[in-house]
Amino acid sequence: MADTTGSLQTLAPSTGRRTRFRGPAFREAFWGFVFIGPWLIGLAIFTAGPMIASLAMSLTDFNLLAAEKTRFVGIDNYIQMTRDPLVATSIIATLKFALLFVPLTMIASLAFALLLNSPRLAGKSVLRTLVYMPMMIPLVASTLVWIGFLNPNTGWLNGILQSVGVVGPDWTNSDVWIYPALALIGLWGIGNFMLINLGGLQGVPSELYEAARIDGAGLWTTLRRITIPLISPILLYNLVICVIATFQYFTQIYTLSNGNGDPNNATLFINLELFREAFWFSRMGYASAIAWLLFAIVLVLTLALFWVARSRVYYAGSDR
Amino acid sequence: MTKAGTFAAERSFGERSSVARMYRRYLAKASVTMFAFIVVAAYLLPLLYMVTMSLEQPSQVSAPGAPPWPAAPMTATYEGKSYPLYSVPFPDGSTRQLMLIDAGRESSKFIDPSDATATPIEWQGRWRTLQQAWAFSPLVENYTTVWNELDFPRLLRNTFGIALFSTIGAVLSSVLVAYGFARFRFPGKNLLFIILLATIILPFQVTLLPQYVIFTKLGWNGTWLPLIIPHFFANAYNVFLLRQYFMSIPRELDEAAMIDGAGPFRILRSIIIPQSLAAITAVALFHFFFAWNDFFVPLLYLASKPELQPLSIGIQQYNALYASQPTLIQASALLTMAVPVIVFFLAQRAFMRTVVVTGVEK
Repeated sequence: MADTTGSLQTLAPSTGRRTRFRGPAFREAFWGFVFIGPWLIGLAIFTAGPMIASLAMSLTDFNLLAAEKTRFVGIDNYIQMTRDPLVATSIIATLKFALLFVPLTMIASLAFALLLNSPRLAGKSVLRTLVYMPMMIPLVASTLVWIGFLNPNTGWLNGILQSVGVVGPDWTNSDVWIYPALALIGLWGIGNFMLINLGGLQGVPSELYEAARIDGAGLWTTLRRITIPLISPILLYNLVICVIATFQYFTQIYTLSNGNGDPNNATLFINLELFREAFWFSRMGYASAIAWLLFAIVLVLTLALFWVARSRVYYAGSDR
Repeated sequence: MTKAGTFAAERSFGERSSVARMYRRYLAKASVTMFAFIVVAAYLLPLLYMVTMSLEQPSQVSAPGAPPWPAAPMTATYEGKSYPLYSVPFPDGSTRQLMLIDAGRESSKFIDPSDATATPIEWQGRWRTLQQAWAFSPLVENYTTVWNELDFPRLLRNTFGIALFSTIGAVLSSVLVAYGFARFRFPGKNLLFIILLATIILPFQVTLLPQYVIFTKLGWNGTWLPLIIPHFFANAYNVFLLRQYFMSIPRELDEAAMIDGAGPFRILRSIIIPQSLAAITAVALFHFFFAWNDFFVPLLYLASKPELQPLSIGIQQYNALYASQPTLIQASALLTMAVPVIVFFLAQRAFMRTVVVTGVEK
């Protein structure tokens, strides 16, 4: 009979196989697998199995409209990918956007969280709700709102810019200004990052701020020496999710250009290129190969982030 | 200065400084609050644009000289007929709002609507250069049109049902899995955690097509099941976030409970969950709104079942149909966000009540 009442009672010496299967280490492992069980089952059914199938698909010329004619083509799809100018264009476009969007999102979400966590602020809960609110608008709708807002003739932004003497660009039809425009649209997506930051900020013990204040630390020093180190696991989480989200950016650009990648292929991000190969041209095999390229890029970037952050992230209550 | 005088001055300075400190604190609070409200107002300005647009008549959107708020051209009746009102400047510098009854090329006849005798006024100049007079006039019809054409109550029911069931599954499973990763040692744990992270960054397109085949073979295509059941197997985003929180809870609390004879489920229920209610609430909120706004998966599985479709699909199809009518589109966007905003306002209270209280502060 298994003893499940607590590990301390089993510290009494036992012998041989009994120790191995009924000892605290075995029981801990048993419970560990029980708790991660739902995920393990889901991993097999919804991720690992389909991944193997998708990998197999990327080695064929599988076409959704003629599945019975599927042939094994080896790594032809991957070779073709390196020569495909649209794939190169889409990677460059995605990187251009990421270089603008990721830093902007990280800074804006932390700035909002700090502002909304300020002890000198009245009306906090109203402001938090208001900043989070755009997250609740379906992306299709919020994108259409922004397209209207940025319209050089009937929108408001260029009118406001004009009133301070600046001639606004044609945001969504310029292959340069489309990136700031998408970054502005993306600002409405910082709600989750901001809330996660806010949760982290509220977890910082107030004694530390008290101590810093008594030691005469200013706002900037407190931010750099206390706040950011203490919420660094949360910042890392946000950064990784933001990079991944950027590489999976889809709904906004699809709404913007109906999938055409306008203007001038500037919004032909890698995810859109993949989607078009799969659902416009039915080249499922080739699309699977692009999906694996996308996965490889994101994996390398994520591992790089973890590697860079490994010595800079602080876990409270952990023996790391 | 005498000794007594110095003492009195010091005391009065002390009182003044306490008043000054209170005043300074009040001023700091007022300025930070004002700054925050201005920033947030700017952040949400496109929403005001949306509200404005949704209350405007389609004809106002492209009309030159129209005001930025919902308005209609002013009219007045004269001898049973309706005439438009114009802002007419006069040589003496005054401007009057008059109805144009007889438009001519170089001179036109106007009547002052407040003039009981209705004496026509001859005005020299080109009437086409005049600004039409607009009156504030919000149009609610856009909303009723959208509500009826979209069968909004049905869309709301579907969206809420899908979001609720998938949120229950996501929260239950993610708490269990995050607890497993945060608190137990088991063989292959590090490898499994790396695999979990890899599933976060796995583009959903990689598994999309084989999944579609599986769900279709199971006969789930055209039902809510593909939208709900996968969430009962833990979401890597949620597990990662919850694990980060669980790891920051001091292990001493677990160990104290363990000495008192608590088992793993008991520790989860009485230590881990109460310590991280804010994070769990956050995960539930995130997932609810993710499910509410999800577009791609419902489109994939419910394209042929309009009676089961959620709001995002209904709105998108409506947008595709009425792209040339921004007033209706903005009204539909507003109606779509109304319920999530209310739900969030309600959940906000729970969120605030359970604001992180760390082990250190307790």
